[in-house]
Amino acid sequence: MRWLRRNLLRIIAFLVVAYLFIPIAVIMVLSFNKPSGKYNITWNEFSLDGWTNLCGVPGVCSSFVKSIEIGLFSTIVATVLGTMVAFALVRYRFRGRSTTNLLIFMPMATPEVVMGASLLALFLNLRFPLGELTVIIAHIMFIISFVVVTVKARLQGMDPRLEEAARDLYSSPRAVFRYVTFPLVLPGILGAALLGFSLSFDDFIISFFNAGTLVTFPIYIWGAAQRGIPVQVNALATIVFLVALAIVLIGQFVAYRRRRSLESTAIVAEESLATVDTLGRS
Amino acid sequence: MVAVVPSAAQATPAAVAQRSSKTGYVLLIPGMAWLTVFFAIPFITLFLTSLQAPIAGKSGKYQPAFQISNYSDALAEYWQLYIRSFVYAGIATALALLIAYPLAYYIAFKAGKWRSLMLVLVIAPSFASFLLRTYAWKTILADEGWITSVMNFLHLLPDDRILNTGLAVIAGLTYNFLPFMILPLYAALEKIDPRVQEAASDLYASPATTFRKVTWPLSLPGVVAGTLLTFIPAAGDYINAQLLGSTADRMIGNAIQINFIQFRDYPTASALSVMLMVIILVLVFTYIRRAGTEELV
Repeated sequence: MRWLRRNLLRIIAFLVVAYLFIPIAVIMVLSFNKPSGKYNITWNEFSLDGWTNLCGVPGVCSSFVKSIEIGLFSTIVATVLGTMVAFALVRYRFRGRSTTNLLIFMPMATPEVVMGASLLALFLNLRFPLGELTVIIAHIMFIISFVVVTVKARLQGMDPRLEEAARDLYSSPRAVFRYVTFPLVLPGILGAALLGFSLSFDDFIISFFNAGTLVTFPIYIWGAAQRGIPVQVNALATIVFLVALAIVLIGQFVAYRRRRSLESTAIVAEESLATVDTLGRS
Repeated sequence: MVAVVPSAAQATPAAVAQRSSKTGYVLLIPGMAWLTVFFAIPFITLFLTSLQAPIAGKSGKYQPAFQISNYSDALAEYWQLYIRSFVYAGIATALALLIAYPLAYYIAFKAGKWRSLMLVLVIAPSFASFLLRTYAWKTILADEGWITSVMNFLHLLPDDRILNTGLAVIAGLTYNFLPFMILPLYAALEKIDPRVQEAASDLYASPATTFRKVTWPLSLPGVVAGTLLTFIPAAGDYINAQLLGSTADRMIGNAIQINFIQFRDYPTASALSVMLMVIILVLVFTYIRRAGTEELV
């Protein structure tokens, strides 16, 4: 009893983590299933069909590749634009700072369905054809904010003395940026890009509103949910999960060895604290 | 709220002097132009679309107008879905807070060297598709599954089932947005100086009193941020209602999606979106103001 009281918090914490992983376990287990009916919901029989024949069902792999393509392109553009904004916010004085901050914060506080609907209203009124381009435009839009807050936090957390030292040693402004500032900010930029890609790759609501006839991986899953999701989808989702986990763990390991471990998601969370704080004061 | 937690900006030593030159604007303008054109201006077109009137004889075609009745008509048809959305999102947010707090507390104060690994574990489930994770709850909450059986054995379920009821939708919302609650809570708790808690116990405060008088008030900024980051997406979500609920459990997001994409009734869908956004903004600002002032007392 005493043991239970002393370890209660630890037990609850581990139960919550386990709870977070229950659906992941279900997805993985069902990737080895041979469904009895059309819906892959209950366990029937062990099978490797999903894994040996990954592209066996039409549409699965093409939508998967499409999502990677859209994710890569949107992430690159949004990371460049967002990093530039973050530098401007931290290093330069300009007019309209509070409007800028609001415009960066709002996309993170707007329900996706409203963002998807309003962007669709714009494209419809302009008679702009829906498709890959409109989805990419939308993804860049909602990734930018996450990049700005992540890179901004990194820039603000940097020791200004490092750059001062470089300047004292007669480095040109260009050299200071190239050899001191940029390498120090790079982990933040990479973290932001990783977060941006995962947001884009997994986005359903905003994409669905602006996709027209384009089918991304989440849109494929949505359509398949009505008539039964093929086991291949579970196998691909398992692969994505494991690859992403490996990348983050390697990143953590590298960060740990360099004695700075800041998770980009934790920064976003922290930034949301700061913003709510400012809004509360205004 | 002012003195409680320094924001990230204030925590660092006064950074490099800010320069004022054209470069600042050059860096700023491309990104901000993108957000203006594809985030801010669409709100204006959304509002204009919500007032459009149908062109007689052409279905799915609309012309600029000032038809305010779109709003009253939409509200008359869908008011229940607004209430349901906010009730479901509210319950899910409260449950998420209850579940997330002990874990965030554990990571911030007790996890030691496992801290960053545990943070990775919190965000890792998001790497598996949102739709598939939601779909997986169909398996977990299935009628013949053990959760439903145990709860039926205890006579806890009014409809003898969880799947295809509001309970499943709330369970899905709670699960899906939990990381958005854990991370801000952790960020706020992690900033608390353990010496403040030690001081409280040195002054003979019981662990419960220390929590109630010291830890909980200091973590309030995280509670506010976490509840907002959970409540807002949950209120607008329609994936959980569609995959886990029955047609009687639809939320406002379902109505917006169906009107926009299936019915092509753009004015109604736009009016519904505008009202959702306005209600959320009003709720959020009232909440932040209240939370802010209560904390200063």
